[in-house]
Amino acid sequence: MTAVQDTKTIISIKDLNKEYVSSDGKVVRALQNINLDIHEGEFISLIGPSGCGKSTLLRLIADLIQPTNGQLTINGHSANEARKNREYGFVFQSATLYDWRTVLKNVQLPLEVMRYSRKERDQRARDMLKLVDLTDFAEHFPWQLSGGMQQRVSIARALAFEPNLLLMDEPFGALDEMTRERLNNELLEIWGKISSMTVIFVTHNISEAVYLSSRVVVMSPRPGQISQIVDIDLPHPRGPETLDSDRYFHLISEVRHLLREVHD
Amino acid sequence: MSTVSDSQPNPPTPSKIRYNLQEFLDGTGGTVLYFIAILLCLIGAWEGAKFIGQETDYQFELGPIKINLSMTRDLNMPHLKDIAEALSKPSQRQGPPLIEILVKKATYTLRLAIIGFAIGTTIGLALAILFAHSRLLERGLMPYVVASQTVPILALAPMVIIWSEKLFGSREIGMPMITAYLAFFPVTIYTLRGLSDVPPTALELMKSYAATRREILWKLRFPNAVPYIFTALKITAPASVVGTIIAELPTGIQDGLGGAIINFAQYYISGPARLWATNFVTAMAGILFFVTVAFTEWLVIRWKRPSNRLDRWIDTFFKYLRHISPISND
Repeated sequence: MTAVQDTKTIISIKDLNKEYVSSDGKVVRALQNINLDIHEGEFISLIGPSGCGKSTLLRLIADLIQPTNGQLTINGHSANEARKNREYGFVFQSATLYDWRTVLKNVQLPLEVMRYSRKERDQRARDMLKLVDLTDFAEHFPWQLSGGMQQRVSIARALAFEPNLLLMDEPFGALDEMTRERLNNELLEIWGKISSMTVIFVTHNISEAVYLSSRVVVMSPRPGQISQIVDIDLPHPRGPETLDSDRYFHLISEVRHLLREVHD
Repeated sequence: MSTVSDSQPNPPTPSKIRYNLQEFLDGTGGTVLYFIAILLCLIGAWEGAKFIGQETDYQFELGPIKINLSMTRDLNMPHLKDIAEALSKPSQRQGPPLIEILVKKATYTLRLAIIGFAIGTTIGLALAILFAHSRLLERGLMPYVVASQTVPILALAPMVIIWSEKLFGSREIGMPMITAYLAFFPVTIYTLRGLSDVPPTALELMKSYAATRREILWKLRFPNAVPYIFTALKITAPASVVGTIIAELPTGIQDGLGGAIINFAQYYISGPARLWATNFVTAMAGILFFVTVAFTEWLVIRWKRPSNRLDRWIDTFFKYLRHISPISND
């Protein structure tokens, strides 16, 4: 319910650049001069056309790739240390469940790697499955679940070790509209339940970004840059009435206009 | 806005499949019928060729081409019933029936084949894991691994047997070595493929947990490789039987199928049915080994959606067995 913005900075990005060499030998500037501060408890969406570097930015934060230059700190230290300290959970576009593990065992995977006791692994995984409403499917294998259910398992897995940062790379991009809407609501509910959890959410869906976020970061391509940041002042908790509100429509058209600008 | 129907789509639950006649005919039944139909065709082709040969006095002209059918004479192609009869009759006076002798020999050969198969699999797995972790070793050793398979095993076998006798004072020890030599290669190739054929995001997930190489190996790469490994094992299982038979030949040991094949080949002119009977038992030994591996695969890979017809067939077949068997572990 509290819309009060905490001032504690979780992620601080200063003059961040990412270049890579493409297969034909050209230097591609994926990200240029990125400056962004993200505060504790925020829900940040990165939105932009393909090629704007939104996924690249997320992967830099996750230390899955390294920046060419610039500064990136998470909880006051480097992205590499943050990864080693297991400070974030990552959700991919594809659920990326391990086929040979049951739903329960998939949720336990990070806990096994992090050496939790057997008892705690079981308890936490079951709690997480309850959170995403999949208790009855604990002993199923991934192929027996629908795409939406698989993605819910992957969210449960990302939250199992209670990171205070959740990184999501187009998590609902491959799902149908109905399922996406449902999962959006579930995600908001989870975010509301776990206080002080920060979410960074990559999407190319405008209404999704507006509905979920406290701030929407609009990015432009070639080279990937932040073109504008839109504050989303829709009240919490959000629900069906939010989707009907004038403010919601207004914000959507604002973001749409910004995206149209960067597209040209 | 969320709908109730969307929240609980009924997932397929294969553990609760009920067996009725229709399903049996659709699945396993159909496959069994195909199998029997083709078996009947093969029997018909064999006996039909013999019949045509007999009727045409073993040669006939098809336009300008003269066709010689002398290989369908009883001395080359015995009647199937004669082969069956040879199995049930003693091959020596006052001896046990041939089938009993052959089963005993097959047991001997299979035992050695299993030992060789196990050694080969172990070496194959170890090499694959080594190669997956060191590009340098892979690049250095892989050419030799490939080269090893271009040496004809028939030429290698006598040498290995002699070395084995000199080193260990036993020819028998060399035999599983030859089988292992044959068996390790597919295991290495397939396992290496399975260890590296991991989806990039699955690997990134492990990276996001700051997992060690060892954890990535045992929690991701190796489980990912298991289906590949079983593909290799299904190739090497019957090949191990053949490999062991080749290994038997230079030893002069008469306890296995190799000895029986040499022996009956010498008497082929007077009794071809016995060599054919030995071939039949040898094939059965290979099939038994294959089915055992396939069954183990089914036991191990319980998490996979049955994908192709054979998989589905094996799946239904073993589930059916479990269904009718009194020892059910569910």
